[in-house]
Amino acid sequence: MAAIKPKHQRLVLLVIALAALLAAALLAMWALRSQASYFYVPSEIVADPPEADRAVRLGGMVETGSIETEADGVTMRFVVGDGTARVPVRFSGIAPSLFVEGSGVVAEGKLASDGTFIADNLLAKHDENYVPRELQDMNEHQVSQVVAETQ
Amino acid sequence: MHGFANPARFLRIARWLMPLLLASGVVLTASALAWGLFKVPPDRLMGDTVRILFIHVPAAWLGMAGWMAIAGASFAELVWRHPLAGIAARAAAVPGATFTAICLATGSIWGRPTWGTWWVWDGRLTSMLVLLFLYLGYKALADASSRDGGNGRVAAVFGLVGAVNIPIIHYSVLWWNSLHQPPSISLGKSAIDPAFLWPLMVATLGFSLIFGGVVLARMRAILADIQAEARLRRKAMAEPSGELANA
Repeated sequence: MAAIKPKHQRLVLLVIALAALLAAALLAMWALRSQASYFYVPSEIVADPPEADRAVRLGGMVETGSIETEADGVTMRFVVGDGTARVPVRFSGIAPSLFVEGSGVVAEGKLASDGTFIADNLLAKHDENYVPRELQDMNEHQVSQVVAETQ
Repeated sequence: MHGFANPARFLRIARWLMPLLLASGVVLTASALAWGLFKVPPDRLMGDTVRILFIHVPAAWLGMAGWMAIAGASFAELVWRHPLAGIAARAAAVPGATFTAICLATGSIWGRPTWGTWWVWDGRLTSMLVLLFLYLGYKALADASSRDGGNGRVAAVFGLVGAVNIPIIHYSVLWWNSLHQPPSISLGKSAIDPAFLWPLMVATLGFSLIFGGVVLARMRAILADIQAEARLRRKAMAEPSGELANA
């Protein structure tokens, strides 16, 4: 067999090393996939409720028509859902301006024994859609039509 | 391929390519930002906050592309021993780190009104911060090895290993629940309205041209440094009793 050029030897060695490295990193990330999540979705909270004194984050969509403000004016109740499970949430404080019904939210707090999530902080989750104000009065279907037409 | 690795030929090309890239990049970026800041309509939810997109997204892309450039050049340096590849990798570190820092800063400013927080430790934000630290570590390592007369191979290995973070940044919003939104632009389709998309594309192109120009400028500076050092060394050898011999 002809001697391998050092250049080619380095190339092969480096490619093998890189492939091994990438595979190791991907495996590590795969192992982390539940721990590295920033929040639990409602179906995870319902299936496996956290202990009452453990601080967790709950993330999902604010159900349309579910936001109610209580008599004191600062406490609000709403329902966070993910399509399969729903968790009622109570929050006292100032909500971010992007916190609206039908939009994503991350609530930080604890799950009370009655199944209500007591949030002490709300983060609005912005989705990947960027749409100008002129299109906001149309419903979602119309918007997607307009966007599809102009692309 | 080795034709491009000839420093003299590279310098001849870089001499006119660098100002060309910088000038066209500045013109494109300035017009895209003017368009994005004054002409584009406000977003339906975010209002005027959406305008930070035109700096944030190109900065994020270049922060990641900068490391891919370091990794690619490091690969070429290790395998083919290109004389210019190591210099190119070192030249990409500072602009890459700068754009990563801009991405983190603008993202934080955007996050306060939009999410209601300056910073969260979710997958995307954390992996982007790790990228900034990787840049700083790479820069320190590359500088140290070139000062001590090393061949820069340690820095090249670091550049390759660090590239593992790039797919993690990209997939962080898909693998893990995160506060950061998933990618808006994937191959062939975009969830960004064309009113925002076009200035974003132009700004990205403009910033990329500036990035290329800065890398070429830094490569020329590093080559000039190496030349000056070699000249000093020759001079010191020629007159051993002179001051330079003690330096």
